[in-house]
Amino acid sequence: MLDGVDLDIRRGLVTAIMGPSGTGKTTLLKLIGGQLRPDAGTVAVEGRDVHRLSRRALYRLRTRMGKLFQTGALLTDLSVFENVAYPLREHTGLPESMIRKLVLMKLEAVGLRGARDLMPAQLSGGMARRVALARAVALDPTMVLYDEPFTGQDPISVGVLMSLIRHLNDACGLTSILVSHDVEETTSIADYIYILANGRVMASGTPQQILTGRSDWVEQFMRGLPDGPVHFHYSAPGLEQDLLR
Amino acid sequence: MLKTLAGLGRGGLQALECLGRAHLLLVGILGGLPDLLMRPRPLVLQIHDIGVRSVLIVAVSGLFVGMVLGLQGHHVLSAFGAEESLGLMVATSLVRELGPVVTALLVAGRAGSALTAEIGLMKATDQLSALEMMAVDPVRRVLTPRFFGGLVAMPLLAAMFSTVGVMGGWFVGVGLLGVDDGAFWSQMQFGIDWDGDLRGGIVKSLVFGVLVSWIALFQGYDALPTSYGVSRATTRSVVHSALAVLGLDFVLTALMFGE
Repeated sequence: MLDGVDLDIRRGLVTAIMGPSGTGKTTLLKLIGGQLRPDAGTVAVEGRDVHRLSRRALYRLRTRMGKLFQTGALLTDLSVFENVAYPLREHTGLPESMIRKLVLMKLEAVGLRGARDLMPAQLSGGMARRVALARAVALDPTMVLYDEPFTGQDPISVGVLMSLIRHLNDACGLTSILVSHDVEETTSIADYIYILANGRVMASGTPQQILTGRSDWVEQFMRGLPDGPVHFHYSAPGLEQDLLR
Repeated sequence: MLKTLAGLGRGGLQALECLGRAHLLLVGILGGLPDLLMRPRPLVLQIHDIGVRSVLIVAVSGLFVGMVLGLQGHHVLSAFGAEESLGLMVATSLVRELGPVVTALLVAGRAGSALTAEIGLMKATDQLSALEMMAVDPVRRVLTPRFFGGLVAMPLLAAMFSTVGVMGGWFVGVGLLGVDDGAFWSQMQFGIDWDGDLRGGIVKSLVFGVLVSWIALFQGYDALPTSYGVSRATTRSVVHSALAVLGLDFVLTALMFGE
């Protein structure tokens, strides 16, 4: 799926990985998180090859790595409060009073302190992602991976998520990797962008450099043109030939 | 011909691969036991979910099975003038066979299918992946308590099935058909022994507990993360559990009671 991809994610920046659906963006996040193993090549986080780490070391690394899933992936049998408390209970051994304070602070940061007693089924899609974001940063990670955070969200939720991603990155000194195909939203908050297609890096640069780039392919993607180097029609025999068969 | 052979070979390899994955999962599940013993609350919750919530269906089924046994047994035994042995016949049938087997089938249908659907949906909605990314092993944290919950609940439910079944048999035999009350209980007390009957029934229900929980959890964990995949896995869970329970029952019966 990915072929010869060479990315350098800089500390402290919001780096976006963009590209059409099915180009391997989510796969790339799974490789970075050690959830998938590459057939060839290396993925280094904090200077260490993720796929050569022991299970224990990988789990230790993941405590410094948050991930916001496309669906939110909240544990459906736990309340909002318990979802955010879950990683703290698993890894910190903090007393209950301290966990309560930390959870309320994380929920306050995403504007959902008042929703602490709700169950995931009672949340809107945007709220679920904000709770998931609070959970992703519960252990104060150094890196957060965002998998299509804007997909299927109403404009207000998109605005809230954009603001949260940017502000959390700056306020907490995070390194953020944002996978998305939402051009406008991503270019407005990313510091650096990689565009992937067909498993390769097609372009990279600051949002300004990408938007003013001269590649036909990048222009088609960024402007959402229906036809261009990426054809409207999926590869097929000629229409006449197909119909008259 | 060659194609058929190749298809058979492919099918065989896939089945072996699947069996291998199931065993690896079982090793992972068992590896979570020390952790579970340190924090037993999830186990208690699962015993409640799998066991307590199955009580009604198990008790009602046990009652009717016992009543049918009472009727059928009386019909057969009265032909030989041996109605007094009705209690022994009902209890033996229940403790040795029907208790463990029917309970396992009921648990596979009620709790096993629910386990498969729950784990399959957790996979489809990235909850298991989210646990992995929170540095929490989903097998140990999610699957292990469910596995041992099923293992503990099964013999208790089987015991309840047999107890209620005996009472159903007593109600029909003694209450409706006029079998002597004292003979009903004394024959049972005389004929049922710990080594041959009760221990055999307990061993069977423990084995079925392992089997039903393992199959249900594996099918959920191995399901395609789509609605179609989860639905197929849930069906497979019930079918495989039922076949495995009935097949293994024969093997266990032959080992425990065979000449």
